[in-house]
Amino acid sequence: MKSSFIKGLSSGIPIALGYFSVSFGFGIMAVKSGISAISAVIISLTNLTSAGQAAGVGIIASGGTLIEMAITQFVINLRYSLMGLSLSQKLSDSFTTPHRIIASFGITDEIFAVASAQPERLVPSFMYGLILISSFGWVSGTALGAFAGLALPASLTSAMGIMLYGMFIAIIIPAARASKKDLVVICLAAIFSIAFKFLLPSVSFGFAIIISAIAAAVIGALLYPVEISETEGEEQ
Amino acid sequence: MSMVLYIAVMAGVTYLIRMIPFTAFRHKIKSRFLQSVLYYIPYAVLSAMTFPAIFYSTGSTATAAVGTAVAIILAYFKLPLTAVAVSACIAAFVTGLII
Repeated sequence: MKSSFIKGLSSGIPIALGYFSVSFGFGIMAVKSGISAISAVIISLTNLTSAGQAAGVGIIASGGTLIEMAITQFVINLRYSLMGLSLSQKLSDSFTTPHRIIASFGITDEIFAVASAQPERLVPSFMYGLILISSFGWVSGTALGAFAGLALPASLTSAMGIMLYGMFIAIIIPAARASKKDLVVICLAAIFSIAFKFLLPSVSFGFAIIISAIAAAVIGALLYPVEISETEGEEQ
Repeated sequence: MSMVLYIAVMAGVTYLIRMIPFTAFRHKIKSRFLQSVLYYIPYAVLSAMTFPAIFYSTGSTATAAVGTAVAIILAYFKLPLTAVAVSACIAAFVTGLII
């Protein structure tokens, strides 16, 4: 029991380091959007997700509605349902319902990837170790960025605004390189999103992303349906 | 709109999306179309979020464009997430110092 917790902690160290640097950028971005540092930390502590938080901050900054917030989070984070579904097939018998209710909080792209790669069935203590250290990296990076970020030179903090987007690029470009289908969907989503910005600027930030993403994904699904095994194998 | 409400909705929705399938759902989605949509959604979302927002992320379109180019090149060569993010930031920062 204890050793699998330690194993989870050590497996999560690379995730925590990566999260720390990215969430540092998130902390700065949130404060620059007019959100208090403590709110930024609470958002990271309660959400533990990069894309959803970045979109959420955008909605808060633009004074969006709660419906818009709910739908945006739903669409952006829907992938976690798939990951949860996939991981649920891999749980040991010790993963009782209360453990599932707690551990589900920590399903992120990176934690999913590491947990899926484990050769043995997943036990709660391993997941708790993995989630704990990853969350620590995410929340402490946010706190440092939000509280100390503004003490850094403006030229540096301005440049740091690009970090989260840099991470998104690091996820989509290798997918686009490996698969033409993914490339088409990624380009369509970008074109729709850019079109909203310049042709339909009255559509709010959150809805522009939702509509762009769903339209691109539906077109992708109609043009290039994926195989069942592909869905499971490539979704990381 | 109250910040507490925003955070509660944000965190609540995000948690339920994670919790419900992990805890309750025991079947797999059968529809190939729905499966395909769900497969493409993460990439589509990230792409729509990144473009064009990334060009406004540094307060200067020029520094952001250089940072974006560096990120795309490094990502193409499959560098780790952190390396890509940090390099994009450094590229934007250095460009800002030059121009």
